[in-house]
Amino acid sequence: MAYIQINQQKVTRKIAEELMSICPFGAIFIDAGELRIDSSCKMCRRCLKADQYGVLSFVDDTPKVNIDKDSWRGIAVFAECTGDTIHPVTLELLGKAQQLAKTGDHPVFAVLIGWQTARASEELSFYGAQTVYVYDGKPVEHFDPQRYAACITDFIQKVKPSVLMIGATSLGRSLAPRIAARFRTGLTADCTGLELRENSDLVQTRPAFGGNIMAQIVTPRTRPQLCTVRYRVFDSAVRHEKPTARITDMPIPQGLENIGALVSEVIPKSKQLDISEAEVIVAVGRGIKDKAGLKLAETLAGKLGAQLACTRPMIENGWFDPRRQIGLSGRTVKPKLIITLGVSGAVQFTAGMNQSDYIVAINQDPNAAIFDTAHVGLAGDLYEILPALIQKLEKERLPLC
Amino acid sequence: MNIIVCIKQVPSTSNVEVDPVTGVLKRDGTKGKLNPYDLFALEEAFSLKEQYGGKITAISMGPQQAEQALREAMHMGADAGVLVSDRRFAGADVLATSYTLSQCVRKLGNYDLIICGKQTTDGDTAQVGPEMAEFLNIPHASNVLSINLAAETTLSMQVNMDHSIYIQQLAMPCLITIDKDANTPRLPSYLRRKRLSGAPVVVWNMDDLPGRDAGHYGLSGSPTQVERIFPPQVNIDREFYTGSGEQLANTLYTLLQQKKMIR
Repeated sequence: MAYIQINQQKVTRKIAEELMSICPFGAIFIDAGELRIDSSCKMCRRCLKADQYGVLSFVDDTPKVNIDKDSWRGIAVFAECTGDTIHPVTLELLGKAQQLAKTGDHPVFAVLIGWQTARASEELSFYGAQTVYVYDGKPVEHFDPQRYAACITDFIQKVKPSVLMIGATSLGRSLAPRIAARFRTGLTADCTGLELRENSDLVQTRPAFGGNIMAQIVTPRTRPQLCTVRYRVFDSAVRHEKPTARITDMPIPQGLENIGALVSEVIPKSKQLDISEAEVIVAVGRGIKDKAGLKLAETLAGKLGAQLACTRPMIENGWFDPRRQIGLSGRTVKPKLIITLGVSGAVQFTAGMNQSDYIVAINQDPNAAIFDTAHVGLAGDLYEILPALIQKLEKERLPLC
Repeated sequence: MNIIVCIKQVPSTSNVEVDPVTGVLKRDGTKGKLNPYDLFALEEAFSLKEQYGGKITAISMGPQQAEQALREAMHMGADAGVLVSDRRFAGADVLATSYTLSQCVRKLGNYDLIICGKQTTDGDTAQVGPEMAEFLNIPHASNVLSINLAAETTLSMQVNMDHSIYIQQLAMPCLITIDKDANTPRLPSYLRRKRLSGAPVVVWNMDDLPGRDAGHYGLSGSPTQVERIFPPQVNIDREFYTGSGEQLANTLYTLLQQKKMIR
């Protein structure tokens, strides 16, 4: 058990109030004349750091299990493929994996699962990995979390990689947690930053706790360390002129046919709206208050050849197709230009667009958080700026890209 | 069909911020609301019950006030609510949370289907559902769009993948997470609220759960460790302009020209 112990004798009204005000989760409170901490506590330990009175102490009597980190070596990337097509997030993960591997001279692996994957595995061998492990067979033709997890389990047991990176696609977000629970290890979702320490601990950064906060997270007691990364967060690996990787065929684990899940049909989606591929985006937030404002945003987007995108509140009030949402619960975008209109800049939103090449923010509030992310901030009324800008764009009659 | 729906109380605002100067966290109240994605999970459960009968139990892990979220689920149509709450669960990460909820499911027993929301609005990880399925050793599918009974012990469903829709069959018991496009959630019923006012939410603590190893719960059972929290990076090379609408429009026009975004 690990918990924060309270020495009630030392608690005064003043100390209690100070500690209560410091907790970002409201987990510290007074009940029946005693200071208490309930399970809303996230163990961020801010209260421990702030406590100069010896009121709080951290108690951890969990038996320490030290694993041999050196026996887990290598950075592995799950390669997501549909038929011959490698999902581009795979190449971005391979790019990051090679950067990480320099600390501690780790090998880089890719693991590919599917049916008739020869062309995909060959292509994959050009992107800097040392080995591409391939689980190719009819039982894994379509994705099923249990069948794929069985293959990855086999890979982890045989190769023992220190880190396994998985793309935060629909497939990856369904698969990764199964593997993490099976190995009782940590999984950090939607990492926006990754670094490796000399002792092979992976330092993972992601927005956290539903607030405007970033958290730095490690998985110090277990291996492998699992993380997912969104598409368009890291730069893609470079394709070498010659293959860098040996392709190793792995036998499919036994008994997969007995798993109680069967895909009977795959219906391709028609080419649809995908803001993550857009080169120019106009993104609107709650500063757009009415249909007239929406019309201005649409007109600007039309003039710039931009896709229209939005924040979560705009989805919740039913103004937009959910596929247009940017952020942790929507899409990640990395356009050449993004103009945000009346977007406050909550980290859930900015995490989905802060890798964009050029960010312009228009917001009435000069202290809006979005200005911390933007390259160019314009503090003003968008209901005045947009008509003037649109008029200028029309008057000059310029060919637009 | 006996259904367990997993729900969570999340902060009603996202205004937990770090003061960039002092490094102190500022919070804007702690009022909670039901995770919006869970409404779709509950709605799916209600419509399955209407078609096939059975019982719906809503479960949640959290502090005592999370009882409110369970009560709301019961006002909408859940037959029972169970809260697992214990100070010893503090600091639980995804793994410890999934384990604790799976223990709650084991204690309840006698279920055909577990339904979770697609993700929560505070953690946004979408991991708890699949991890629970692994702990319970049952099949799962994430982002389910529609679901129906294909045979006595088999569900047929549409699964929303990135570029396709899978038609998939899962043997029961199984776990699904519901896509937000799946249905339109109903509102809590005033009549149910009136009838159920004071209806008890069952509260269990660690000692009530079948898994006895305290090392699997809370901070001890959490392989991930938050080393530090900090404000999002501030872009220091930024340009910042104020002025009239006309002036700002001209500024932006010139910048877009310089960047060759307009010619």
